[in-house]
Amino acid sequence: MTEIFLYTLLITAMASFIGYELISKIPQTLHTPLMSGSNAISGITLIAGILIYPNVVDDILLKTIVLIGVSFATMNIVGGFSVTGRILEMFKKND
Amino acid sequence: MTESLYLISAVLFILALKLFSRPSTAFRANNLAIGGMVLAIISAFNLKFADYDGVFYLVILVSAGLGVVVSNRVQMTQMPELVGIFNGLGGGASGAIAYVELSNSTLVLSDFSVAIFSMTVGVFTFSGSLIAVAKLRGKLNSFNATVINILSGVLLGGVIALLITKIDYSTEYIIILSLLLGISRVVLIGGADMPVVIAFLNSLSGIAAMAAGFIVNSIILIIAGALVGASGIILTLLMCSAMNRTIYQVLKGGFGTTKINNEYAKDPISTSAEDIAIQLSYAESVVIVPGYGMAVAQAQSAVKELTNTLKSKNIGVKFAIHPVAGRMPGHMNVLLAEVDIDYEDMFTLEDINSEFSATDVVLVIGANDVVNPLARTDEDSPIYGMPILDVDMAKQVVVIKRSMSPGYAGIANPLFIEENTKMLFADAKEGLENIVKSFELV
Repeated sequence: MTEIFLYTLLITAMASFIGYELISKIPQTLHTPLMSGSNAISGITLIAGILIYPNVVDDILLKTIVLIGVSFATMNIVGGFSVTGRILEMFKKND
Repeated sequence: MTESLYLISAVLFILALKLFSRPSTAFRANNLAIGGMVLAIISAFNLKFADYDGVFYLVILVSAGLGVVVSNRVQMTQMPELVGIFNGLGGGASGAIAYVELSNSTLVLSDFSVAIFSMTVGVFTFSGSLIAVAKLRGKLNSFNATVINILSGVLLGGVIALLITKIDYSTEYIIILSLLLGISRVVLIGGADMPVVIAFLNSLSGIAAMAAGFIVNSIILIIAGALVGASGIILTLLMCSAMNRTIYQVLKGGFGTTKINNEYAKDPISTSAEDIAIQLSYAESVVIVPGYGMAVAQAQSAVKELTNTLKSKNIGVKFAIHPVAGRMPGHMNVLLAEVDIDYEDMFTLEDINSEFSATDVVLVIGANDVVNPLARTDEDSPIYGMPILDVDMAKQVVVIKRSMSPGYAGIANPLFIEENTKMLFADAKEGLENIVKSFELV
């Protein structure tokens, strides 16, 4: 367990560093689409919903809660990316 | 196989962030991120599509449809609310998943603690975001700061106590407490601190997803969650430093509630739209400073009209955007981009401050605290030390504002009674439209 846990921690640290480095370079003009876009990425929890759903199909309560989570995450992903696209479209036509 | 596909989507997410650094490539960045997400979702099914019933696919379809409809209908001025809602959904999703995992009694201790953490953060993000949205919509006000502060302290203690004692059904208690904590925390924080709150909740929604990744052992959740967490933290810190306050001071709330002497030593010079039009027509360089008042009045189209008028007369127009102008990071930039104002004309505080002394006319539209010179001069002022746009250095300042009422910080703005300042008391949209009309007569 410890080895895997440490390995995951390492990945977390690396991802945080990369994220920090890249995002520091994003100009103020794009901060709103950055938020809505990264927001959409946080809907990645959908993956967890997909992974655990087959284990809970027999328990109606847990199944419902997973479905709520899946629904929230899906709205988050689709809505987030779609509104980010809308915003960036406005910045694109200036080019 | 699945793991290597996850690796590709992680690379796509990182590439997307890289391409996000320029407005010209940001659109492509969004598509890359979408690609990464789709790939991750397909990989998660691991070709076992038959393990899922119709309800599951139906929920995904309906939710996706809702997401598309909402995001296409929302107005650009409502972006802070929309991002707030999405933060809440992301947090709520992680909270729900963590709860289900906690009901599965075979978790080892490290996973158990991470699951509790993910659930607490997720649920907190959910309720906090809903309150933030309610505040942005102006549905909440006049709460007793002290009472709620004490209450949230007790709640926090309760969550910790439950974490330690781990009594039966403790997960449900933690959910309730996290909900209450999210509500009570965000309720205290005022409207103009919302850029910080929204960025902070954004970060939390990523952190909750990251923690959920630890429970289900999914590397892609951890990487994506960490990226979002880092992005939110950076924006939070940027917003805080733009107000010269710490994240603790902002989240403690109650800013601007202390009563300070707001008497003005003399009356401001009031002016008319015609007068401003004449003044502008003699200017060579104009800088426009938009604030939340522009968003409230939906005045961005009027700003564009005025910009066109000025440019047609060969008058240089630039936009000076304070990092915390509006209700979320980059809020003003999006509103200006919506009306086709070139992002090359939008300047940050660092880039434009040295230019004000050479500017003929500065037009302040619905901004207040971010142009208050007390931040430079009055050590007792609550905004002392906050970086401001030095508009008072310009030859002429014109402020379009509905009244002399103080801004969010609750303090008088001596800029309004400066010798070189004229006030146009009007709604931002109406005022600007009248100026444009007056130009036709000049």
